[in-house]
Amino acid sequence: MANPASSEAYVRFDGVQKSYDGVNLVVKDLNVDIPRGEFLTMLGPSGSGKTTSLMMLAGFETATHGDIYLNGRSINNVAPHKRGIGMVFQNYALFPHMTVAENLAFPLQVRKMSKADVEEKVQRALDMVELGEFGNRRPAQLSGGQQQRVAVARALVFEPDLVLMDEPLGALDKNLREQMQYEIKHIHERLGVTVVYVTHDQSEALTMSNRIAGFEDGRIQQLAPPTELYEKPENAFVAQFIGENNKLTGRVDALADGICEVVLDNGDRVKALDINTDGAGKGTTLSLRPERVFLNPVEGQCQNMFSGKAEEVIYLGDHIRVRMNVCGHDDFIVKVPNASDKKGLVQGDTIPVGWSIDDCRALDA
Amino acid sequence: MSISVEATGDLSPEEQKRLKADLHRSLRRNKMKALMLVAPLIIFILITFVAPIGDMLIRSVDDTVVNEYMPRTTEALDDWDGQALPDEAIYAALAQDIIEGRKEKTIGKAAKRLNYEKGGMRSLLMSTSRKHKKIQPPYKDSLIDIKKGWGDIDNWKVIQRLGSPVTASYYINAFDMETNSDGDVSFVPPDEQIYLKLFWRTIWMSVLITAMTVLLGYPVSYFLASLPLKHANVLMILVLLPFWTSLLVRTTSWIAMLQSQGVLNDLMVWIGVIGDENRVQLIYNAIGTVVAMTHILLPFMILPLYSVMKTVPPSYLRAARSLGATPWTAFWQVYLPQTVPGISAGAILVFILSIGYYITPALVGGQSGAFIGNAIAGHMQQSLNWGLAAALGVMLLVLVLGIYGLYNRVVGTNSVKLG
Repeated sequence: MANPASSEAYVRFDGVQKSYDGVNLVVKDLNVDIPRGEFLTMLGPSGSGKTTSLMMLAGFETATHGDIYLNGRSINNVAPHKRGIGMVFQNYALFPHMTVAENLAFPLQVRKMSKADVEEKVQRALDMVELGEFGNRRPAQLSGGQQQRVAVARALVFEPDLVLMDEPLGALDKNLREQMQYEIKHIHERLGVTVVYVTHDQSEALTMSNRIAGFEDGRIQQLAPPTELYEKPENAFVAQFIGENNKLTGRVDALADGICEVVLDNGDRVKALDINTDGAGKGTTLSLRPERVFLNPVEGQCQNMFSGKAEEVIYLGDHIRVRMNVCGHDDFIVKVPNASDKKGLVQGDTIPVGWSIDDCRALDA
Repeated sequence: MSISVEATGDLSPEEQKRLKADLHRSLRRNKMKALMLVAPLIIFILITFVAPIGDMLIRSVDDTVVNEYMPRTTEALDDWDGQALPDEAIYAALAQDIIEGRKEKTIGKAAKRLNYEKGGMRSLLMSTSRKHKKIQPPYKDSLIDIKKGWGDIDNWKVIQRLGSPVTASYYINAFDMETNSDGDVSFVPPDEQIYLKLFWRTIWMSVLITAMTVLLGYPVSYFLASLPLKHANVLMILVLLPFWTSLLVRTTSWIAMLQSQGVLNDLMVWIGVIGDENRVQLIYNAIGTVVAMTHILLPFMILPLYSVMKTVPPSYLRAARSLGATPWTAFWQVYLPQTVPGISAGAILVFILSIGYYITPALVGGQSGAFIGNAIAGHMQQSLNWGLAAALGVMLLVLVLGIYGLYNRVVGTNSVKLG
């Protein structure tokens, strides 16, 4: 799934593998090209190999196979401190015995910059994250959000072209996390640095990224811009992991013109886009977003029509979430926008449900 | 909420007083309970720790022997000006004391004490008392006749000085000073100094031992702290193993290692580093003491260091590296400062343990590797000069407190962390 424009790749993973114990591969055949200035997010559950990949790029882990290129040069044998890569750590890793300003000055001092330059750059970096007055504080005297900003400023103060972020927002509460997502996104847009960001939070990935690499089992399952990843998942893992998803399992019965007919486990027949099936007779998983399901669809609106029984109705303000029993699956979720003309749906009602072929994707089993 | 606001709002003085009394009463029961729980320890410490130290403090200045066993003489000497030999009345008092002391068998104690101060006093007193039958008025002539020493004004000055129940003489002794016959205090010639040299040696060797434990213990602790807990625990047993072995066994095994026919010398001869005829003296000197004590005190450095290093996340080092620091800079500027509390704790533990150490220097230290503790023990067990032992002990105590106070001002005890 490498980007074809590999010649312009700023960061390039080429057939990279990593094993810690010589038995299991944590990262299996990783190939990614990251162009200059991109915000690429590695998204996946814990243990999927995303952090290991980041650590290999930073130089803290060595690849057991394959090459990592930075700006066209293999960096497999370059020590971490010579890579010139900024990094933001999960728990910020701000040096507790130094003040905020000293923390920011550290990367400049090890580069033997003059004192005046150091002071100027530190102040500029502090202003960038709106902490201009906090230079003399210790990290422990700052709030979580402020520490986070200092960590970002420290990773950027020596003007690296590439910044790595390892779940930097994981320790913040929800509101702050959302705010920081925008701040990091804006900093990225303003400075034009290349960012490789690791997270297991899909909304974080969707908010900030130019492209998202969905990791599972040591491989990139899909590498695509956020909209594509959500709208057009290419396999069952991506569909399930990113956003809410209705999963219907069955067997492919017939294929024609990119559309397949699937017999579900309970015998119902569904028409779906043939995205990633193994051909007629083979098992498949259908993916269907809850907001693309219509209740009481008008005639001709949907090619797939069934009846469903509302098992649970949950009022969530902006929308109503209905758990239904459809086609033998009692965990079928439908999201209904809370419009004023909608008549209230009551638990136990049986009503027609339907969805279009274009919204239903037949993926791997 | 509203109740408490009202209550704290406008309380009259009487009400405040009552509130305080109520609060006190409600807390008293808990305080009593807490006190009951710590009482056994407090009593234990009072009996086994505070009382002996108090006793030691008293012993170091207490000097009632001469006063007690030669009461008449010391009383009579109170008014003596020390310019010329005492008059007949004082000789008479002395004669009385000697005869009385011989009967009570206490004159020997006084003689022993006097002998600490001036050699020859014991034989002067004891042989006089053996010839007590010859003592007769006029006592002055009679006593000088029996022993010429009684005609020496210096001997009388010694008796007069020791007649006081409180004395600085032990401390004067402990500071390698002496009192001449005029009562002036001065240092003994440098080649006769014992205790100041011992104190100085104890200090610098303890500093050396502490430095060695830091140098050897730091990498070990770092290694242990960087290992997964499962392996670290196994290796930690190796660190703790010496604690389960008798101190004597550990010390004597160093004798086997270091003596001139020992493992190390044999090995060096075998390799050919040294010839068989000039084996290196590695034990019964300062080298032996430093080597053995470094080994014995090493766990006291490793344990606090390890527990502090455990709390330093590896991401700090990684962060430093990613910011462009070489491994050395990252260690020196980021890792080391964060382990200073562990170094402080370990250093103060090792240093204070080492400065009062006794068994190991006694076994492997020989003459040049002995500590002040050995001198104290010597006075406790062999010369039985408990007063001097107490004075040396007090000096050691003050020294340790002084060093600790200095350390507290420079480093600060709140930076000490045992984990």
